[in-house]
Amino acid sequence: MHERAMGEKSVIEAIRDAMREEMRRDERVVVLGEDVGARGGVFLATQGFVEEFGEGRVIDTPLAEASIAGIALGAALKGLRPIAEIQFADFAWPAFNQLLGEAARACYGSNGQVRVPLVVRIPYGGGIRGGLYHSQNVEAYFFHTPGVKVVAPATPYDAKGLLKAAIRDDNPVIFLEHKKTYRLVRGYVPDEEYVVPIGKADVKHRGSQITLVSYGLVLHYCLQAARTVAQDGISVEVVDLRTLRPLDRETLFDSVRKTGKVLIVHEDNLTGGVGAEIAALLAEEVFEYLDAPILRLCGPDVPTMPFAPTLEDAYMPTTEKIVGALRRLAAY
Amino acid sequence: MGPEGAEIAITRRHETAGISVEEVLALYTQMVLVRILDERILVLNRQGKVPIGISCQGHEAAQMGSAWAALRNGPCFFFPYYRDLALKITAGVSAREALLSFMGKAGDPFSNGRQFPLQGADLRRGIIQLSNVVAAGLPQAVGYAWACRYLGEETVVLAYFGDGASSEGECHEAMNFAGIHRVPIVFFCENNRYAISVPQRKQMAIENVAERAAAYGFPGVVVDGTDLFEVIEVTRRAIAHARTQGPILIEAKVERLSPHTTDDDDRRYRSREELEQARHRDPVRRLQQYLLQEGILTPEQDRAIWEGARQEVEEATRYAEASPYPEASTLLEHIYA
Repeated sequence: MHERAMGEKSVIEAIRDAMREEMRRDERVVVLGEDVGARGGVFLATQGFVEEFGEGRVIDTPLAEASIAGIALGAALKGLRPIAEIQFADFAWPAFNQLLGEAARACYGSNGQVRVPLVVRIPYGGGIRGGLYHSQNVEAYFFHTPGVKVVAPATPYDAKGLLKAAIRDDNPVIFLEHKKTYRLVRGYVPDEEYVVPIGKADVKHRGSQITLVSYGLVLHYCLQAARTVAQDGISVEVVDLRTLRPLDRETLFDSVRKTGKVLIVHEDNLTGGVGAEIAALLAEEVFEYLDAPILRLCGPDVPTMPFAPTLEDAYMPTTEKIVGALRRLAAY
Repeated sequence: MGPEGAEIAITRRHETAGISVEEVLALYTQMVLVRILDERILVLNRQGKVPIGISCQGHEAAQMGSAWAALRNGPCFFFPYYRDLALKITAGVSAREALLSFMGKAGDPFSNGRQFPLQGADLRRGIIQLSNVVAAGLPQAVGYAWACRYLGEETVVLAYFGDGASSEGECHEAMNFAGIHRVPIVFFCENNRYAISVPQRKQMAIENVAERAAAYGFPGVVVDGTDLFEVIEVTRRAIAHARTQGPILIEAKVERLSPHTTDDDDRRYRSREELEQARHRDPVRRLQQYLLQEGILTPEQDRAIWEGARQEVEEATRYAEASPYPEASTLLEHIYA
């Protein structure tokens, strides 16, 4: 989306850098998953790792997601800081018991005796001709569950800073990486050390008339849409959630108190999605500031996401669709 | 003693197992305590004071023998399962603490009243048991053991599960990974031949769970899980193996002398004749008979041990009943570290 320039990196490079730097900093950080060794991961997130850190820290696991999660959880219980890679979100389901049934409840269920400094990296999302089993959005399931943190960055800067924060966190962090952003989205990443705190949203575009809330790939479509409608005199504030759980309520409330109108955009299915919770929160907490119904532009309630381009395009939120929704909301 | 009073050097069973008289008496005293405690928990359930009881009757020798051996053979760590009251008592949990846990009272060392009894963690006793989802703890135990070795520790992990859990995919995944990486772990299967109501012949087409170990590239051994001495000997060897060569699977053949839990009625699926037969393998009675026959214990001393256990459990019951439930205000604590 940007021209290549000095200090610019892709999302996948930022993720690789974050892990490499943390592994150099802390011997307790280990990586495990399918093809993470010699192959460097199917998306090359761990390219060069086994050469630098050895097979003792970069574990090529059998094709078995439940135990990737479970073994990483066990190692975290002992005090390591494992980064488990689930190759595609679509393959995360066998790991759900370990992640949501076990890891999420470990601290609570032991009355705070154990902690789980575990990161589970999950490439997710569509728009890549992945069909029903290489395109899924799984965030709502994790978002619903107390005990995990859920992070979904959109830019290289945020991806690197949030992944470092996730590795240093003492709780299980579900780290959702939108596959389409891996190489498509480039951006400035400073050489010096930094961390982006978990739980903080970021206003990516200032505006005064509509609050546009999003995360992940479609956040970039939202930014394009905001620039497009600015030409019509519609001033849109784009809030990048960055972290889904815990939600940054204050940043959302502050923006809505200012604008009075809200559009929530996500690629995940509409019903029971992150947008539903945000809409409910805003209705409860800042109702008197609202000048229009809270709108959602989300994936329709079909199993994500069809293979044929006509069907996939019909599913995806696009800049055009977002522009249309913003204009309707502005006219309300 | 031989005929005519002639001295014949017969080494007694506990001695061949390398256990002193004092130790075997201490083990028996603790086993009696576990039995009385287990029976009391069932009574308290019928009185409405314990929401659920999961009896370990019939499993005592397997749990106590393995834990006892582990605690005396270098650093170890336990990933038990939900039927492991005897193991937890052996690891140091008191009767008072156990009853607090079964009643869901404040001071329950495992979860402070958040979980089913004896679940969560008791790090002071080297125990983690996050849930009662069967086999879920096995990959965690493997990861824990792998991490111990990564950190340069000598720790051996003991991971417990039932025959029912052996059908779960996570059991296969855990053993497969452990075999590949030669993880220092003892898989300890307490096979009582029932997954609630489903008998072993409907769970697997083989006779011994231990046979599966070969497919993962490590040894599997079958042991009479009602024989305390045999369990101790086998576990001791298994721990040495795990520490130096990697995983090993012990399958302890035990009896479940009670229904699955207090919510189960085993008369619907288990004949009374079969249960009567199983009682002949009651590990508490087996050890008692051994001690009396060998003259290690007199009937009077035995009665005193049972009476002492009853008094301890009586006192613990009063203590737990008088203890408060956790404050409602603690509901929101420890969701995150």
